[in-house]
Amino acid sequence: MSEYKSGSNLEKVLRAGHFAFTGECGPPQGANVEHLKEKAGHLKGCVDAVNVTDNQTAVVRMSSWAASIILLQEGLEPNFQMVCRDRNRLAIQSDILGVYSLGIRDMLCLSGDHQKFGNHPEAKNVFDIDSMQLIHTVKTMRDEGKFLNGQDIDAPPELFIGAASNPFAEPFDFRVYRLAKKISAGADFIQTQCIYNMDKFREFIKRAVDMGLHEKCYILAGVTPMKSVGMALYMAKQVPGMDVPDTLIKRLRGAGKGKVAEEGIKFALEQIEEFKEMEGVAGVHLMAIEWEHKVPEIAERAGMLPRPTV
Amino acid sequence: MIVAEPKPIKELLEMVKDFNRILVVGCKGCVTVCNVGGAKEVAILASSIRISRKKMGQEIEVGEHTLERQCDPEYVDELKDMICDYDAVISIACGVGPQFLSERYPSSKIFPGVNTQFMGGAEEHGIWSERCAGCGTCVVHYFGGLCPIARCSKSLLNGPCGGSANGKCEISKDVECIWDLIVRKMMEQDRLDELIEFKPPKSWITARDGGPRRMIREELVK
Ligand code: SF4
Ligand code: SF4
Repeated sequence: MSEYKSGSNLEKVLRAGHFAFTGECGPPQGANVEHLKEKAGHLKGCVDAVNVTDNQTAVVRMSSWAASIILLQEGLEPNFQMVCRDRNRLAIQSDILGVYSLGIRDMLCLSGDHQKFGNHPEAKNVFDIDSMQLIHTVKTMRDEGKFLNGQDIDAPPELFIGAASNPFAEPFDFRVYRLAKKISAGADFIQTQCIYNMDKFREFIKRAVDMGLHEKCYILAGVTPMKSVGMALYMAKQVPGMDVPDTLIKRLRGAGKGKVAEEGIKFALEQIEEFKEMEGVAGVHLMAIEWEHKVPEIAERAGMLPRPTV
Repeated sequence: MIVAEPKPIKELLEMVKDFNRILVVGCKGCVTVCNVGGAKEVAILASSIRISRKKMGQEIEVGEHTLERQCDPEYVDELKDMICDYDAVISIACGVGPQFLSERYPSSKIFPGVNTQFMGGAEEHGIWSERCAGCGTCVVHYFGGLCPIARCSKSLLNGPCGGSANGKCEISKDVECIWDLIVRKMMEQDRLDELIEFKPPKSWITARDGGPRRMIREELVK
């Protein structure tokens, strides 16, 4: 067996051929370390790695690297997220070296939501490089031991490189090519946007498989259980690039009072069952936003426990 | 052209509230074309100021003059015999105008009468939009002749991002996603392969990021 790229738990689980299961945890809007530990605690033992978001939706929170280190100390494996919105290429490369030095082994590379959505819309955005170039930067640093300027790095950061893919953004026909582009730029694994439109996702993954992309990279399907009809409507109308079919909204409505959340979880479980069998899907990325305490139950009911140790 | 919009009259009145003799200076360049700073707008602004000040019981003398261009010392010179007659000057050229006036006439107080917006063009009469961010190294040929630096909200060179839907940008339904247009155009022209190619980080040295810019064309310098 060839050498690991970073030797992270996530990489080992995927390499061993297990169906991966990752979670997500947003850092607090403050320095409430106890709250962060409590939220993350629910995920312990239930997932292979935990995405730590980076000023998600452009709202200021505890830095993703710091929160990642706290998770690491708590015995979880963080998947450190980095966006290009807030840092130029100097800060990006220095943060990559920093997180690796402190023990982080998984990193997700993103462009980042525009600051217009956040709580500092007046801010200047950076976007010195884009997510594609960020993936390529991490790969160049890791595999060639070089900075963006070509200068040597004495001890290169060994990270398992993640990227995002939104099959539901447009133009749809170009999406699979953009995924391919991220893989050639250096992505080792992909986490998709939350999937609700299964027909469209089946078509997307079929195209990815036809191009052989699933053999070059691990694709984790994004799942976010709906907590309420209000959440479904919000996702459908307000969140850019989200595709929530009316049939799902109807189904949630039909569940009746007090039973919508359970119906949302049931839909998520059905999705996970299908993903387990779907060619091209190597795992599930569960984004239970502010619902971390439900993750053990969902993991259990999805047949994801116990998590493999490799 | 450089596109600008008028500053609110209230803001301008506040700026010149302590002066009783002011000169409004227009420009026959871009700001004339985008109907904000030409001779016609000079006349309109001058009379609005006069009327407002009259109502306030604080009459004012407002001179009017429009230069061929305010970004050229040769034309700016034209003001030399009249500018000393005024306590203050409002330039309604783009941001270059008030600065050229300030530099040429160090003792005059110069105020900007417009908000300079962007480099762009007229989509139709009365509607302008941005096209170029002056990055200093034009690359539009890679993108079907369209500029993602000026026109993508994130200046992505490897777009479109995950927020593109219905041809609109994630930031607003009123903003087109330039990457949607780029992809469609390149696919129509059967140039998908060019778009799939990785575009490396751009050098911003030639852009504003490299510091204020200056250009010397030796062959033109006397
Ligand atoms: S690539 Fe640069 S010079 Fe060309 S249109 Fe865009 S911003 Fe302007
Ligand atoms: S939606 Fe389109 S224009 Fe807006 S940031 Fe994304 S790629 Fe750029």
